[in-house]
Amino acid sequence: MTAPLLSLRGISKRYGEVRANQAVDLDVAPRSIHAILGENGAGKSTLMKLIYGVETPDSGEMLWEGAPLTLASPAAARRQGIGMVFQHFSLFETLTVIENIRLVVPGRTAALIARVRELGAEFGLEVDPFAHIHELSVGERQRVEIIRCLMTDPKLLILDEPTSVLPPQSVAKLFDTLQRLRDGGVSVLFISHKLEEIRAICDRATILRAGKVTGHVDPREHDAHDLARMMIGRDMPEPPPMVPSQPGETMLELIGLTYTPDDPFGMPLKDLALSLKAGEILGIAGISGNGQAELSELISGEIRLPFDDREQVQMMGEPVGHLGPAERRKLGFSFVPEDRLGRGAVQGMSLARNSLLTAHPLGLVRHGLIPMAQANDFTRRCIADHDVRTSGVEAEAGGLSGGNLQKFIVGREMMLAPKLFFLAQPTWGVDIGAATTIRQKLVALRNQGVAILVISEEIDELFDICDRIQVVSQGRLSPSLETRKTRPEDIGRYMIGAGAPA
Amino acid sequence: MSAARIWPKLMKRERPSLSIKILAPLVALVVATLINLLLYLVMGKDPVAVFHAMILEPFISFPSFSEVLLKTGPLLLIAEGLAIGYRAKVFNIGAEGQFIIGAIFASALPVWYPMATGQWIWPTMLLAGAIGGALWAGITAFWRVRLRANEILVSLMLSLVAAQVLNYLLLGPWKDPNGFNFPQSVMFQYDAMVPLIIPGTRVNASLLIAVALALMAYVFMQKSFMGYKLEVGGLAPRAAGYAGFSEGRAIWLSLLIGGFAAGLAGAAEVAGPIGQLQRSISTGYGYAAIIVAYLGGLHPIGIVFSSVVMAAIYIGGDNALVSADLPIAAVRVFLGSLLLSYLMAMTFVRYRLVFARQAIGGAT
Repeated sequence: MTAPLLSLRGISKRYGEVRANQAVDLDVAPRSIHAILGENGAGKSTLMKLIYGVETPDSGEMLWEGAPLTLASPAAARRQGIGMVFQHFSLFETLTVIENIRLVVPGRTAALIARVRELGAEFGLEVDPFAHIHELSVGERQRVEIIRCLMTDPKLLILDEPTSVLPPQSVAKLFDTLQRLRDGGVSVLFISHKLEEIRAICDRATILRAGKVTGHVDPREHDAHDLARMMIGRDMPEPPPMVPSQPGETMLELIGLTYTPDDPFGMPLKDLALSLKAGEILGIAGISGNGQAELSELISGEIRLPFDDREQVQMMGEPVGHLGPAERRKLGFSFVPEDRLGRGAVQGMSLARNSLLTAHPLGLVRHGLIPMAQANDFTRRCIADHDVRTSGVEAEAGGLSGGNLQKFIVGREMMLAPKLFFLAQPTWGVDIGAATTIRQKLVALRNQGVAILVISEEIDELFDICDRIQVVSQGRLSPSLETRKTRPEDIGRYMIGAGAPA
Repeated sequence: MSAARIWPKLMKRERPSLSIKILAPLVALVVATLINLLLYLVMGKDPVAVFHAMILEPFISFPSFSEVLLKTGPLLLIAEGLAIGYRAKVFNIGAEGQFIIGAIFASALPVWYPMATGQWIWPTMLLAGAIGGALWAGITAFWRVRLRANEILVSLMLSLVAAQVLNYLLLGPWKDPNGFNFPQSVMFQYDAMVPLIIPGTRVNASLLIAVALALMAYVFMQKSFMGYKLEVGGLAPRAAGYAGFSEGRAIWLSLLIGGFAAGLAGAAEVAGPIGQLQRSISTGYGYAAIIVAYLGGLHPIGIVFSSVVMAAIYIGGDNALVSADLPIAAVRVFLGSLLLSYLMAMTFVRYRLVFARQAIGGAT
């Protein structure tokens, strides 16, 4: 093996009681695509922050092209030739592509534009330099981020969960870009928890579990099963069993739902129709930004319709379009939003106080006061029944890993005993173990006769658990497709707005 | 390899400890005091005399201390009310106006019925004042909820309107006919005065009411579901929307509570130490209470302490004006530097300093 581009020796980092990284060793070879594989909370993000200079390690050393490396800031990392594309993009929506690039890259505008076009052609990153960011799809925005990194000629490019925001068609294009980059002499650190992707594209993989390295492997020599075992420390959980069910009464119906958001960057919804019966799981597929956010707020009641349009949303046979979230919950509705922190849970509050958010009608409030004993009790049950790993009811919601917080929120909403259960992106950024647990619980609820609506970008997930799938694209909803009779490619066609196959 | 960092870096604390939260306002107070003493020294005043008049006397001389208690009442009342709103991120800056309207509502009774007698009069006045303050704050709530008009601007501008309403009444219909054309109302009758609780001083029962309301504020903010809803709205508005806690209701409640408390304070002022309605009923209590609320960490118990401190600064400043020959602006400069010191101290509550040298090293 050639001398590594980047070497980490015994890198450790702790945050208070949490040991995010413990004695991590890592070698990234030049001209390689190197995967960092691990569940959420395994320490992947911390490790990348150390390499990108956002944080400094407590102990251990980093070598860059054989010389010791100390990074005080991301700017220092960029000077060394390390670039990073974060999961959440940092682009100004109201500016154009070239204006965004000019903010961080020095040089004359004309030269920058030429370079953007050149990089685009070389690496398959075509994007119009004069387009405004808000007009671009997520895939195109990601290309802008990658181009912006490439402008500084990095030797190492870090990509944090780059495929989690992309439709299947764009993933192939991204992989093509990454391979061209590698062939052009750039090493790529590719963070993911999706096993098949890593097997498809990476030359090396370093697997992290609970902050420690559990393996350095060539992913092409192992099947997904092996990788998963190294990642989660046990065998892959069983996919949830689906039993045929007799759909019952209609629990949720959208009749010609039409809505125009105030936000100019929002997606207007046009004439959506949907019907969900008890004992069914209906999935809404689609690339994010096609109206999912608006749809979920209209179903949850966070956006209310005018009284005259209340018939457009029906729950348990009643028109509810004009009702707020609390009133809809009284009818037997419960909801897990796509944003966990700041919406599904309050960051700075304890889990016990977060239980109150939606579970307060379950006797957690007496005479207008909060007897904490009841809230603690409820929270303890939720933690125990849903395998939430945390120090206890006093733990702050913001301190939990994504997966554990999601298990808490899903658990809390399930304890409301809903008749209609709605989840938006239930396994977004959630590790395999937790995601499988959540899916199993959903299927169990369906078998008990609960009506479940799931909005998800992960087509595999929808195929695993849904009876029917509808696709949202450009604010419109496709007809209902029976999962058993549908192929992922058909869903993909609806996702890019191509409509039904001829 | 990288350039050595000379300046320490601010790192966010994962969770500020209780002790540093309590320490921060104290440090701010000490720093502000030192800065001001230094300033007095530069101005050629005798810092020992100033220190004695300003810092010691309010606490060691009983007459001075009783005046501190007298000033504590309105500051405590207003700040407790404001803090509830501030926790919900509803920024009522117009307590001054609500205070004035409270004083006007309370004065209506003795002005219109100067001959009335009975122990019911002063409680009725306090209640009327509180309702007046709440109504005035309600105007802000209405525009904020209906038109999304910024509550900071509306409440602040309404304070100027309230001052003009006061002027109009004192120069016109409510002017004391026997008052030699001074812009003030008649002196109130005995029953329109809040009873004194410490003989020989001007401290009256409104201080007890303020302390009782502080305890109620504690229960409301720490134990009640309504207070919880307000807190969620302040910490995470989208979580409040998700839970179905009405934003409009939170705005109304925050402003009404703030207005109620400020109006009550205004009423207690005219029915207490002043005894009539006049132009100078407030010496900026409504604005000082904003500082009090933040110095107390927006915590009902913390505010009890910060309001005593603030009252002592007022009285100490008055003392120093007389005995150490300080200019009248000295108190304002002190308040300003106190607020700035506090804001800086709060930075260190949220962040800690990290020096470059200690961050890396000890490689194994």
